[in-house]
Amino acid sequence: MYESLALEILSSHIVEGPSDPGPGDIVVVKPDLLLMNDITALLALRVIEETGAPVDCSRIRTLIVLDHYSPPPTASIATSYRLLRRFARGHGCILKDVGEGIMHQVAVEEEAEPGMLALGADSHTITYGALAVFATGIGSTEAAYILAQGELWLKVPHTILTRLEGRLEWPLSGKDLALEILSRTGGDGAVYASIEFTGPGLASLGVSDRLTVANMMVEGGAKTALFPVDKVLVEWMRRERGTVKPGWKRLAPRSGEPSMEVDLSSLEPMVSEPPAPYNARPARELEGVEVDQVFLGSCTNARYEDLEAAARILKGRRIREGLRLIVTPASRRVYQKALETGILGILHSAGAVITPPGCGACFGSTMGVAGDEEVILSTSNRNFPGRMGSPTARIYLASPQTAAASAVTGVITDPRSLA
Amino acid sequence: MRVSGYAFKLGDSISTDDIIAGRYLYITDPNELARHIFENRPEIRSRIQSARKPVVIVAGRGFGYGSSREHAPLALKAFGVRAIVAESFHRIFYRNSINNGLLAVEAPGIRGMVEEGEAITIDLDRGVIEVGRGAIRVGGVPGYVRSILEAGGLREMLRRLAGGRSP
Ligand code: SF4
Repeated sequence: MYESLALEILSSHIVEGPSDPGPGDIVVVKPDLLLMNDITALLALRVIEETGAPVDCSRIRTLIVLDHYSPPPTASIATSYRLLRRFARGHGCILKDVGEGIMHQVAVEEEAEPGMLALGADSHTITYGALAVFATGIGSTEAAYILAQGELWLKVPHTILTRLEGRLEWPLSGKDLALEILSRTGGDGAVYASIEFTGPGLASLGVSDRLTVANMMVEGGAKTALFPVDKVLVEWMRRERGTVKPGWKRLAPRSGEPSMEVDLSSLEPMVSEPPAPYNARPARELEGVEVDQVFLGSCTNARYEDLEAAARILKGRRIREGLRLIVTPASRRVYQKALETGILGILHSAGAVITPPGCGACFGSTMGVAGDEEVILSTSNRNFPGRMGSPTARIYLASPQTAAASAVTGVITDPRSLA
Repeated sequence: MRVSGYAFKLGDSISTDDIIAGRYLYITDPNELARHIFENRPEIRSRIQSARKPVVIVAGRGFGYGSSREHAPLALKAFGVRAIVAESFHRIFYRNSINNGLLAVEAPGIRGMVEEGEAITIDLDRGVIEVGRGAIRVGGVPGYVRSILEAGGLREMLRRLAGGRSP
């Protein structure tokens, strides 16, 4: 029988439930990390105020990250931010203020570690599964409940074991793999499941690509998306975080009968057509679609590796006249590194507008909002009508490589023709 | 537990971005949120504004797709939606609904059984949904979830925890 990573991690966090839990069972768990963004924390605050629930952030490490409307575009949002700062100070939560970055990127850079259970009031909390963290999204009332009680109920997920074969080669990326998987699951094929990755293909999939893949599995409905602790992850943890722990061994790659298989060597650059992320098809089939704005940003694809990939294509080139390229690094750290290595300079010279870190245009809140009937090519994760601004804007999703190539030509372009 | 209303039919993969747009999420007052429902989907918006209340949404697969914004069930509830019956739900939306005392019930095949505007009743105790054409059996709500619903949602449970310090 396949021993799921999900159950392995959950088991060490259960405070109440059946003695030998399996898929479908309800367990009460105590998380290691609780995360909230500006939006969901505001609502959690309201719940706390209305119910009078007793709050104690010191029991569970709690982060509040001001990312969705950062920096605030209006006075009322700026005023809400004051409330959040005061709350965090008053209750001992860790506050990541304007410009620190997107919650998920901050968590991956500073907090998440293999074997942890992270509950976050944001659906893309699932991202940290790339670091073998059982990470899943919850609502604001639930975040308030955890602040008061230190625990929450979860249903143990069933598993979709996904075997990766072959090798991922430039200019293919984790985004193309994510879109390929979503084209198979559709919008609800993985609802409540833990998608777990295995197979020889893992060796060519760096942590940045894994984060992109895990991030997008929620678009297929997944509860969590778990990569095992392997050489790639251990080396990354040592380099980026300066830590490796013996307990991680139990989260090693698993074998079992896969329910999905993907050959990375035969992947193609993929693009999602509106109105949903799972509407993905090869970029070459959409070549020629004219683009008004390219957005290189979001918790899916705005890490250093993503900016570097775009710069590799844009170096010595200019973006097409009349097209806007908005670049929003995922965090202050990403911004700093890209500044130091000259990546931001390359993007800027190519014609990009570089914004401070945050969610920005991904969410249609600030810094690159889409107008009526505009066509946007975005490296983010959602292309629902109105997601980036006007409900009549059409949003296509693609990798940084495809986004950069398309920014040069002004039309959706398979990056293999420019790489 | 019995909840009744008039069916308002929707398709598959209705997202929380469809229900309430990102630009309103700094708002926390449910009544104010309710004024903006379905702005990203103007055709749905105009239909639901003239729908007979209380509304029971009858939807397809993957209802509540996407973002964790609890503003979505809050806005629907404040607008006058009593319950949502769908072929399937996305998990965070489902939790958020229950936590706010908005009944969400999975009922495969429901869309073919109900006409727009028809009276519909969900009877959780008997495990059936009653419509004009008869009754449909539905799977139960798990015990733990049921206890949250019966308490009036997780919000109510929090209020009790606080020991009656608030109304
Ligand atoms: S970048 Fe986009 S998807 Fe990610 S947390 Fe921000 S708004 Fe959500």
